[in-house]
Amino acid sequence: MTDPRTHIEGATAVDLVQDRTRVSTLIDQILGLAETKGFGSSSLFAIRLAIEEAITNAFEHGHDGLDPSLSVRVEYKVTGQEIVVAVEDQGPGFSPSALPDPTLQENLSKPSGRGVMLMRAYMSEVEYNPSGNRVRLRYVRPS
Amino acid sequence: MTDSRLRISDTDGITLVEFVDRNILDEANIQAINEEITSVIEQAQTPKILISFSNVDHLSSAALGALITINNKIREKSGALHLANIDPQIYEVFVITRLNKLFNIHDTTDEAQTAFAG
Repeated sequence: MTDPRTHIEGATAVDLVQDRTRVSTLIDQILGLAETKGFGSSSLFAIRLAIEEAITNAFEHGHDGLDPSLSVRVEYKVTGQEIVVAVEDQGPGFSPSALPDPTLQENLSKPSGRGVMLMRAYMSEVEYNPSGNRVRLRYVRPS
Repeated sequence: MTDSRLRISDTDGITLVEFVDRNILDEANIQAINEEITSVIEQAQTPKILISFSNVDHLSSAALGALITINNKIREKSGALHLANIDPQIYEVFVITRLNKLFNIHDTTDEAQTAFAG
């Protein structure tokens, strides 16, 4: 069932297996499109970082304990005004609001738990579907 | 055995670690980097490690996690870790995550080397 908060109308969809070369190729492709639409280097840095985190979370956490050959679906749409990317895994999902704040003093020395906060810091909007196995990243061109 | 993704050299008891790759994103590479630096830490009595990020354009939260693990191991042995040559865009990632408060960060490796003495 389509979740309206994370749906992308007219998106290109790609099913990714956990293969570094394919992940990099897809991200380069999305960034290449963004570049042709005039997005600058700081925008490209932000978008690469957020997509990397979303895909890593999908494979490492979303599929934790599941068949490592399971694929992750990436959908994207690049226009002159915005870049929208959705990443959906086949796992049970999680509750992003339950994540501890990694910037608190007591959490600074913990090695994990920064991916979602980085996505939120760099993107204009980060939305999860109700089950938490699909995230939509939206980056609006800075005015 | 994969090729090392690091260049490691030793000067006056300080181990300088540099990255071969511009992007520190791949989970497998990050794990290999973590293991290689951990091996340096284990071999030293009081590890003094300087990690230079010159030429590094991107790093992920997993790479930050590896740095934290390395920092924790160095502290367990009463050693010191300093970071240098961090690109402004990457430094912003350290600021957003407040890891600039956890790590000793310097503009250049020369400054970092002086800090070891201090």
